[in-house]
Amino acid sequence: MKKLAMKLIGACSLLLLFLTGCTNKIAVLNPQGPIARQQYHLIIWSVILTAFIFAVVLIIFIYVLVKFGRKNNHAGYDPNNHGNTKLEITWTLIPVIICILLAVPTVKTLFALDGPPKPAEGMSKKEAITINVTSADWKWIFRYPDEGIQTVNYVVIPEDTPVKFNLFAHSSMNSFWVPELGGQQYTMPDMPMKLWLQADHVGNYLGRSANFSGRGFAGMQFHVLSKTDADYKAWIQNIKDTKPALTMSKYEDLLKPSNVKTSAFSSYPKELDKKDNKAMKKMNHMEHMDIPENHMDLKSQDNDMDGMDMSDDSTKGGK
Amino acid sequence: MIENIKSFLGSFFVTGDPMIYGADASIALASIGIVFYLTYFKKWKWLWDEWLTTVDHKKIGIMYIIAAILMLFRGGVDALLMRAQLIIPNNTFLTSQHYNEIFTTHGTIMIFFMAMPFIFGLMNIAVPLQIGARDVAFPFLNAVSFWLFFLAAMLFNISFVIGGSPDAGWTSYAPLAGLKLDPGVGENYYLIALQISGIGTLATGVNFLVTIFKMRAPGMTLFKMPMFTWSTLVTSIIVIFAFPVLTIALALMSIDRLFGAHFFTIEAGGSPMMWANLFWIWGHPEVYIVLIPVLGIFSEVISTFAHKTLFGYKAMVWSMIAISVLSFTTWLHHFFTMGNTAMVNSFFSISTMIIAIPTGVKIFNWLFTLNKGRIEFTTAMLWALAFIPNFTIGGITGVMLSLAPADYQYHNSYFLIAHFHNVLIAGTVFGVFAGLHYWWPKMFGHILNERLGKWAFWVFMISYNICFLPMYFIGLMGMTRRMYTFPSGLGWEPLNLIITLGAFGMGVGFLIMVWMIVYSAKYGKRDTTGDPWNGRTLEWATSSPAPEYNFAHIPQVETVDAFAHMKEKGTADSIYKAPFQAIHMPNDSGIPFILSVFFFIAGFGLVFEWYWMAIPGAIGIVVCMILRSFKDHDDHHHIPAEEVEQTERAAGRLS
Amino acid sequence: METTNHTPIEYSTEEGSNKILGFWVFLGAEIVLFSALFSVYLVLHSHTAGGPTSKDLFEVREFMIETFLLLISSFTCGLGTIELRRHNVKGLVAWLVITLLLGLGFVGMELNEFITYVTVEHATIQTSAFLSGFFVLVGTHGAHVSLGIVWMICVVIQLLRRGVTPVTARKAFIIGLYWHFLDVVWIFIFTAVYLTGLVL
Repeated sequence: MKKLAMKLIGACSLLLLFLTGCTNKIAVLNPQGPIARQQYHLIIWSVILTAFIFAVVLIIFIYVLVKFGRKNNHAGYDPNNHGNTKLEITWTLIPVIICILLAVPTVKTLFALDGPPKPAEGMSKKEAITINVTSADWKWIFRYPDEGIQTVNYVVIPEDTPVKFNLFAHSSMNSFWVPELGGQQYTMPDMPMKLWLQADHVGNYLGRSANFSGRGFAGMQFHVLSKTDADYKAWIQNIKDTKPALTMSKYEDLLKPSNVKTSAFSSYPKELDKKDNKAMKKMNHMEHMDIPENHMDLKSQDNDMDGMDMSDDSTKGGK
Repeated sequence: MIENIKSFLGSFFVTGDPMIYGADASIALASIGIVFYLTYFKKWKWLWDEWLTTVDHKKIGIMYIIAAILMLFRGGVDALLMRAQLIIPNNTFLTSQHYNEIFTTHGTIMIFFMAMPFIFGLMNIAVPLQIGARDVAFPFLNAVSFWLFFLAAMLFNISFVIGGSPDAGWTSYAPLAGLKLDPGVGENYYLIALQISGIGTLATGVNFLVTIFKMRAPGMTLFKMPMFTWSTLVTSIIVIFAFPVLTIALALMSIDRLFGAHFFTIEAGGSPMMWANLFWIWGHPEVYIVLIPVLGIFSEVISTFAHKTLFGYKAMVWSMIAISVLSFTTWLHHFFTMGNTAMVNSFFSISTMIIAIPTGVKIFNWLFTLNKGRIEFTTAMLWALAFIPNFTIGGITGVMLSLAPADYQYHNSYFLIAHFHNVLIAGTVFGVFAGLHYWWPKMFGHILNERLGKWAFWVFMISYNICFLPMYFIGLMGMTRRMYTFPSGLGWEPLNLIITLGAFGMGVGFLIMVWMIVYSAKYGKRDTTGDPWNGRTLEWATSSPAPEYNFAHIPQVETVDAFAHMKEKGTADSIYKAPFQAIHMPNDSGIPFILSVFFFIAGFGLVFEWYWMAIPGAIGIVVCMILRSFKDHDDHHHIPAEEVEQTERAAGRLS
Repeated sequence: METTNHTPIEYSTEEGSNKILGFWVFLGAEIVLFSALFSVYLVLHSHTAGGPTSKDLFEVREFMIETFLLLISSFTCGLGTIELRRHNVKGLVAWLVITLLLGLGFVGMELNEFITYVTVEHATIQTSAFLSGFFVLVGTHGAHVSLGIVWMICVVIQLLRRGVTPVTARKAFIIGLYWHFLDVVWIFIFTAVYLTGLVL
């Protein structure tokens, strides 16, 4: 009993600590964009349901220990009590219901995350932008194919705009994770991937690699800076005006295993775009094979169609 | 010439770190000490006759457990080194390379060389006794399994002083673990040592499956088997279906590394993602290989100390079978974030969630076994009781992780670390500790000290929560696993400090436990009855420690909880009544040990790609197998009836 | 010796029947092992990385002869088991020796095939993922057959020394199971690797 009481007090005080003082330090519970928010809602929903299960288990646990612990009376001792069909059916059915309650929003969210976030009520749809991300040992390289600029270990995005990150890996696998903006995706050497993120407001969000990639892994940290549209445009112009151009040999130096500081380049060799596009074509080919499936599922949910529309837009953007 | 030798030695022995030199010195001193002790007290013959050549399942079980406790120490020291490094931000106690090696060996050792052997040790001790058999179906093969595991563990462990440890994580993902990104012998150690120990594991699976199918006492139908035996049966089936996949994964990566093939490389069409698939097709069932047996242990312990028959026996069995089937349908949830389609992720999300249903059924059945019982709070029972809430936390966070879109936020963060330690420690570790206390009298004939045992329990259990509960929060704050250091200013400092304190508290708990074992060996209460807990299953029907032949007469079984039933009917003495008959037993053999030594030699040769060493080792393996084939026509002997009678008399059974 | 309708001799002892069941279970594990190798091969089949493809390499005549050798050896091995049930050592040994010779012929041809690929076609295990998969899948089967040959020789020697006893009978029966199993695996290799490889 002592143990339980202590544990409960411990758990509650921890929870209080976090819920009152410093939720903004708990990145996952502090969503700053629609993607992270969808995941946050799912997390909270699952916490409520599983906490219910935990509470039931704990209450029965405490009850039987108090009632049938040896120091207490032995009333009700029944050594041959071996089963109760009704009870057993109950505690099979309740988890089944909970699984269904969890599965439905999970599948919905999964299909929603496939495309760009929907614009909020009353907002007009903004043109998505595309950024190609390459993880190399041990740094993050961001290329803006539409602007022709490259940054290293930081990336700037316009606020309130869907951003499609195409993910590539130069050698080992990493995972691209900006918890306040949304969940992660791996970067893989043999398979380009995509991740949609969007920031509600101007801000500075910390990202890092979540998949171990060797000696310099702990240093694979980057910042996502969200700016107003005007500031974003000004920033791009500034990069183009003031930063050096990236040559192929400089780029190859950058790929060598090392941890580096942030940097930016006003341009980069065009063959890098060609390489990225070639890999992307392979992925698009794979995606198209899945589209019939997606269509089928989206038809059954009436108003989720613009997810599909947008992904077509963005492939144009990628080319 | 001298330069050559110097540079060879420089790369052969790991150098440059005072801790490594300390380890070198202590390994050398311990080895010298052991050799001296054995020689001075003339124990070599004893060691050979009683232990190295034994095929007795009880002795093999004891050796498994001793080895597992040693490995728990090694893996635990690794954990403490990691936590010492992470106690403050930007710490320089360990270098990045050193930290990477330590978390790799921590995970690998804890899973392969601690959890599995500990469980196999308990299976060896309890299962033949529970089903009323004289030994396992293949005693010789059983010895082979043990020695393969043991020498594989030794091979893996020398990596940190000779050649360098593996450093790509216990999951050893390609392409990071491939030759190009990870040259050197470290990964070879991982691949070869796990391969050798995996062969032994597969043999154990086959052995216990046949033992349980064919060697049960008369009257013991499948649905009258004790729950631990059921869990062993289910586990054996999982082993048989899962381990060959690991064999293939390890073999293919070894061929990649040693012979330049392209299974998992980035070049020439290799597919790194295929490693993830193969590894987890084995890896997820593996989780249940180390979990299901302890569910059996908890059933035994809870039923015994609630002094009640198990609630919902059939539901318990079917839920285990359901878990074992589902365990093969969920592997992809280990990489939801590797670019699968929404459809695929939906399927694996749901298949993972479904596992919560049979698991929930088991939890409620345990709770209702306690209900209407007479609960006795022994140390074994405390471990089993603590399992219920702690494991439930691990279980519900497991359900949270199974929601793929949410997993995008938890994956590879400390949230995940907290989850799997919550299930593996509250499940496997609490379970083997409960089993250790429970079956200790049957192994050694004395009871472990309860007072020290309870101290160890409280210290360990509370520290464990201090260590792992904060990890959920630090994971949500964005800290990822396998970071050798973390920056300041992110608010991660206080929690990391608390986690480290908890980890050291668990270390203290472990030390108390070791002290308890030493203390009990000297002052422990003798178990003269063979039935210290008022047990319900057949292992308590024979004397403690169990005689070589287990039962003087094979028991007749009528119901579940066979021994409780025999006691009620007053027929418990039927297994040791005169007159006695001669008992047919398998002979000891030195071949399993020697065979495994050749495996070690061949394995070491392969690790360093020294074929002059690997080929003779392989020839030695084949010669041992041929020798065995020619010698097994007559490898049994009889224990005469008089000797059986003497043994029973000495155990105080014939008064 | 008279044949009876009782339990076959290899099953007559508890040890014998346990070991035979154990071996069946082991074959179950072997099926999983080969399934994993087949899946790996099929995934990598198109990953030729500019190297030779299966169409370039495979020769119908060669693998048809290999197939016939192994199929016939499985049949002769089965005839051996019939002689075993009749307790006829000479007949059993004779059929096993024929099986061994056919098995050796198979391994010899396979080695020759591999050597041709490596030396003439320059198709090695290092050339492409497809060839890695091919050599390892077919090679694992070949290694199993080679091990079976060594094992069968041991069994033949023991049969000659001791005649048909419950122990030698069990050994002869189990090596038979193993041999038939390898034959079944080969049929899958024949279909999934060679025949499919000629078309795709």
